[in-house]
Amino acid sequence: MTPSRQGPFARLADFLDDRTGYRSLLHEALYERVPGGARWRYVWGSTLVFAFMTQVITGLFLWASYSPSAQTAWESVYFIQHEMAGGWLLRGIHHFMAQAMVVLLALHLLQVVIDGAYKAPREVNFWLGLVLMMLVLGMALTGYLLPWDQKGYWATIVATNLAGIVPFVGPSLQQLVIGGSEYGHHTLTRFFAIHAGFLPAALIVFLVVHLAVFRRHGLHAKQPITKPDGMFWPDQLLRDAVAMLAVMAVVLGVILVPALRAMLAGEVVVPGELGAELGAPADPSLPYAAARPEWYFLFLFQFLKVFEGWGATGEFVGAIVMPGLIMTVMVLMPIVGGWRLGHRFNVAFTLAVLAGAGLLTAMALNEDYYALWVNRAGLAEAETLFDQTGGDAEKLLVALGGDRAKASAIERQWTTVEKLRRSEAFLTAVKQAKTDAARAVELAGRPERIPPAGMLDLVRQDPLSQGPRIFAQHCGSCHAHVDPLAADAEAEIAASSAPNLHGFGGEGWVRGLLTPAEVAGPAYYGNTAHREGDMVSFVQNDLVDEATWPKADIDAVVAALVAESGQPVPSSIAPRVEHGRGLVAAEERCGGCHTFRDNGVALGTAPDLTGWGGRDWLVAIITDPSHERFYGDRNDRMPSFGMAAEGAVPPLSRKQIELVADWLRGEWYRPAVPRGRP
Amino acid sequence: MTRPGPDASRRGFFAKVLAIACGGLATAVPCGAGLFAFLDPLRRRGEASTFRPVADLAAIPDDGLPRQFSVIADRVDAWTGFAAEPIGAVYLRREKGSREVEALSATCPHAGCFVDLDKGSHCFRCPCHNSTFTLDGGIVDPSPSPRAMDALECRVGARGEVEVKWQRFRAGVADKVVQG
Repeated sequence: MTPSRQGPFARLADFLDDRTGYRSLLHEALYERVPGGARWRYVWGSTLVFAFMTQVITGLFLWASYSPSAQTAWESVYFIQHEMAGGWLLRGIHHFMAQAMVVLLALHLLQVVIDGAYKAPREVNFWLGLVLMMLVLGMALTGYLLPWDQKGYWATIVATNLAGIVPFVGPSLQQLVIGGSEYGHHTLTRFFAIHAGFLPAALIVFLVVHLAVFRRHGLHAKQPITKPDGMFWPDQLLRDAVAMLAVMAVVLGVILVPALRAMLAGEVVVPGELGAELGAPADPSLPYAAARPEWYFLFLFQFLKVFEGWGATGEFVGAIVMPGLIMTVMVLMPIVGGWRLGHRFNVAFTLAVLAGAGLLTAMALNEDYYALWVNRAGLAEAETLFDQTGGDAEKLLVALGGDRAKASAIERQWTTVEKLRRSEAFLTAVKQAKTDAARAVELAGRPERIPPAGMLDLVRQDPLSQGPRIFAQHCGSCHAHVDPLAADAEAEIAASSAPNLHGFGGEGWVRGLLTPAEVAGPAYYGNTAHREGDMVSFVQNDLVDEATWPKADIDAVVAALVAESGQPVPSSIAPRVEHGRGLVAAEERCGGCHTFRDNGVALGTAPDLTGWGGRDWLVAIITDPSHERFYGDRNDRMPSFGMAAEGAVPPLSRKQIELVADWLRGEWYRPAVPRGRP
Repeated sequence: MTRPGPDASRRGFFAKVLAIACGGLATAVPCGAGLFAFLDPLRRRGEASTFRPVADLAAIPDDGLPRQFSVIADRVDAWTGFAAEPIGAVYLRREKGSREVEALSATCPHAGCFVDLDKGSHCFRCPCHNSTFTLDGGIVDPSPSPRAMDALECRVGARGEVEVKWQRFRAGVADKVVQG
């Protein structure tokens, strides 16, 4: 080829063209005829390619910081999201572009079907497109697990269990994907390899073929053509590029709008809170009622509920047969499209599937978030009756004095009440999940960082994460734990049958105990066998005698006990601690019944006040309240949580008791600088 | 097709520029976000070097021969915190009757391999490229290493606790430059 122009760049271009032939390649790539001119409706394919490219780029960069193992997956994603500068943006783009891709996929498919672009001679390309669709959905499914948080973990458990019900190969398939029978390191390495290796590689191969076949048949023009033909470059490509930019703008918008909103509201924006969520680390031992698949799989999740009561058949029909049938019809579309009315059927079918998916999604969302928009006022009576009767129809009839008409009306409302309660449970679980996630992030930011055993290990040793759960499960059926000043405190305390342990060991708690009006109330001994015991009698009869018990002495006892528990003693009474210790030990005061340090009172009459309310004291009383050091044989109902017959396992392990004790005492890690403060 | 007029070609040019601008901008977002995060290590500073307890004076015989000791410290690897872990090694030696201890980093100044103590020929030898050093760390020519072994600041406390200021130096250069 002779140089056509002069100048170094032109000569270099000539040289390169001579060696590579890039001009004709570029020409072939760019100068594709667009029958009827460029149109916006043709942009979907290009936006999908762009979305995929974005996923490859962001995915590779995420890969550079991700570590797939059960002890490092959550931790590395935490590091990307919360500690690497810009990591939240990178992960946010990857997360939301994946969702955009599913939407674009639906739009592309819809456009191809409506335009009849799947018909001869383009059948093969339509099938290639369906393969691409399955690959994209496969990547979406496998990517969800990789952060190894509660959400991804439980959603994947469901997905892999569904894979396990495929006839014949199901169990083996499941075991292969999981990398064994248990979820762990190999589940992550395999999911990661599938997500970032096998599927994208297959996708690239199919995409190349898809594009090559697309070029062979040319663009399928929507009839009627009214305008003169155009060129792919620049006419169509301009529209494509604008659409790509719009897609990117939407993705960025989803990530950044919350930041903008917070800024306008004058709040501090924490970058790690933007973009994709990161839940608490996956914990197989912790129930997770907020488990839901990503929104674009929600319709499948809801679809399974249609077959509730069918047993295993239901899962099989809902998760395998129906999706399989839909896919089969789609595969057959190019053939059906050749028949009379076939095209109309295909369009109607596609629209029906999309509408059905949309409806199921709406149903799923409505069930989950029902409590947010239901009119509760109209349900008040039904709710009260539901709680009173425990949902029993016969009791309801009795409660309504035999009014059958009203009973059946209320019963009809109960369906709504039950729905409301399920929704409330879900929303509570979501709230709990957010609290757990925030706490995990807080713990991960400790100066000591995450232990080599991983984040889950740290969470399991955190009194603030574990304490409330253990308390609710083992202590909460008798003891309340509620701030007396909180809104609903009174009812909760009244309903409990053992002392309210909120603030136990602190000044407020001790003072309440020594107050005649409170000691026999439900927050202390009111609902226990000690209601008529010596302590109540002492507080109500002796302490009120100001001659023997001036206020200053009571203050001193309060100070001494608070000091004993290790809680902060208010400065107003702090100087009285020593005097208080003397009173507690003295025989004519507390020492008449209580052992305190070396006052020589034998154990067995009243709880030992040595180290009262401190960690060791609490651990010991939870372990065995019937020990002579505490209530002995006068112990009222409280189980010995750390004791068991020989060979048996106690209700709580030593570690669990310590966690509850630490939580009751308010001893847990608090960041020096609260999160969200600069 | 008729020849495009000047209007059409101007419009075509405008469309081309706009298409490249839009496409470029859209693609720049993931590339930029990725690169920005990828460069994160450059924005991180290493930990300040401090004196760390390494051994007891009694554990270093006063025969002039180096002994190898581990440097123990808390270490943070990205998100993981390791408590009291060996993070490197030093050679310590002292002369007869002396309370002064000389400390040499076991890291070869040539390419960072772990230098061995060759007891037979009374010298240090790096197993990678055969850099050889005298027992006080001096360079033995010809040597691939551009400088002598890196001496570390060392102090001995009143109760005989030996502390070394643990530092890493850039490899492959003639000057001893602190890394990180």
